[in-house]
Amino acid sequence: MRVLLVDDEEELVSTLAERLSYREINADWVTSGLAALEMAKNYKYDIAVLDVKMPGISGFELKKSLQNKHPAMKYIFLTGHGSEDDFKTGAEEAGAEYYLVKPVNIDSLIKKMNEVIGL
Amino acid sequence: MSYDVTGEVGLQFFGKMIASISHEIKNVLAVINENAGLLEDFILMEEKGVPLNPEKLKRISTKAKEQVKRADGIIQNMNRFAHSVDETVKTIDVIDTMELMIKLSARFSDMFGMSFTMGSHFDPVKIETNPFLLQNVIWFCLDNIMNLAKNGDTVSIAVEQNGCDVLIRFFGISGLDGMTNCDLPAERETILLKALNGKLQVDNGAGEIVLCLNGNKN
Repeated sequence: MRVLLVDDEEELVSTLAERLSYREINADWVTSGLAALEMAKNYKYDIAVLDVKMPGISGFELKKSLQNKHPAMKYIFLTGHGSEDDFKTGAEEAGAEYYLVKPVNIDSLIKKMNEVIGL
Repeated sequence: MSYDVTGEVGLQFFGKMIASISHEIKNVLAVINENAGLLEDFILMEEKGVPLNPEKLKRISTKAKEQVKRADGIIQNMNRFAHSVDETVKTIDVIDTMELMIKLSARFSDMFGMSFTMGSHFDPVKIETNPFLLQNVIWFCLDNIMNLAKNGDTVSIAVEQNGCDVLIRFFGISGLDGMTNCDLPAERETILLKALNGKLQVDNGAGEIVLCLNGNKN
């Protein structure tokens, strides 16, 4: 499984990527939507884990851009504090099951990753 | 000068700021959570025979301290903001208020890909006013500017004493340039400006918005 983590909180995504690597999950991380689009040009990812609110391109907008180019990629959204509107949009975009509120338990995240790719 | 004039708008402003602060705190907690998890991972690995690396432990400790400092700053700002409703009329330093509003708005301006900057001020610029209503009208100015600004813009802010009046100048607003009809002040700003005895001047050509507060009649 190859995962792309996208969150403007560098300390968060870098640490999460390190922890996933200890669990045999190959995770790359970037801190912006533009950087994510660049990474997706060069590597094939099974899953993108996207922060909903990021400067520039939001997680939802990023999903749309990635989806056009990589239709097979699956998505999980992370949010700091979901408003009801955010939750509705997130649930529509990824399904309520794949819209996680921070701080996230790594085992729950891995479980969702496995579910979303049908393992 | 009561809060009745702002009604729903004031409450919405208060809620928006608190929601943003809670979002920032959530992010801090998420970073601490991952670092605590990383520490647990190292302990589990140590139990399986992988020796603990003191440098990695030191790195986690440093990150935790940085996040505590970050959270402390966020909470200090929240506390100052919360206490702004304590008194309906108070003598305040407008520079302090402006700096606080820039900090409280930083998450929003980041989302727009722009920023606000203030030059150095050596002397306080004081005025007797309603602190919360002033913060509210400053927020409306910042909110309008964020919507007008282009990605990568830095909008400068200066606070000036002009006799008894205080001027807050927002300049370098690229989106104002070329606009012929700016609808500022709109109804929400007008209500607050009336209560604060202030006015808003928009100079499209110069890319500048000036908030004037009358120091005599507040």
